Amino acid sequence: MTDTNDKTDTPPATQTDGRRWHDMGGLEGGPIVADDHDFALWEKRVDALQVITSTKGYFTVDGLRRCLEDMGPEAFETMSYYERWVVSVNQNLLESGVYSNTELGAKMAEVAARGLTYGDCAQDGDSGHDHD
Amino acid sequence: MAIAPKTAIAGMTMTDKPQPEMVRVSTMMPPGHIRTPAYLRGKIGEIERTLGPFHNPEQLAYGVPADKLPLHRVRFTMSEVWGADAENPDDLIEAEIFAHWLTPLEAH
Repeated sequence: MTDTNDKTDTPPATQTDGRRWHDMGGLEGGPIVADDHDFALWEKRVDALQVITSTKGYFTVDGLRRCLEDMGPEAFETMSYYERWVVSVNQNLLESGVYSNTELGAKMAEVAARGLTYGDCAQDGDSGHDHD
Repeated sequence: MAIAPKTAIAGMTMTDKPQPEMVRVSTMMPPGHIRTPAYLRGKIGEIERTLGPFHNPEQLAYGVPADKLPLHRVRFTMSEVWGADAENPDDLIEAEIFAHWLTPLEAH
């Protein structure tokens, strides 16, 4: 046994050389979380968006991974899996010129104006009262 | 129908078995998107088989034109990877590593 234990040291959050934070093979990982869970509708849509846009050739899974890695370890503490995915998909679509930031901003405002819930959105812009 | 036993490639005998092709993984640590895990950098392994060629993910990740490179499945012993910390030193681990990360051992 040695008194040094370099391979279990947590690497710095950001660094310009050496092992990057996401390259975790061989580090102490702690317990495995075995929660079973279902996915929300928006999460399924993010997954579908990634499949559709990468199939169209706008980016590859490598581009998806690159953005996830570049977010840094803080993102893995504060954002859920598909929150990180949608950030990465958006970054890749901006880089490949599918839309501009201005177009994205306008679309986000348009979508936000529909309302806060799927129910509101289904009313096609009215105040959310049920027509039934 | 009985399952056929695994056989060697037709006409091949033990004496024809090729010498293992030993390679060392590069120790370089550039900061970008890399598929070669850090824990294997600098380690020596045996090429188990060659796959591909496939487009280089280090270029695909940035949306630039990507070269097609051989991808090798490289076999390492746990003792090579973890040294004295290996729980089962003779166990094997295989990783798929692109050709530009590997140098034939004879070249050293």
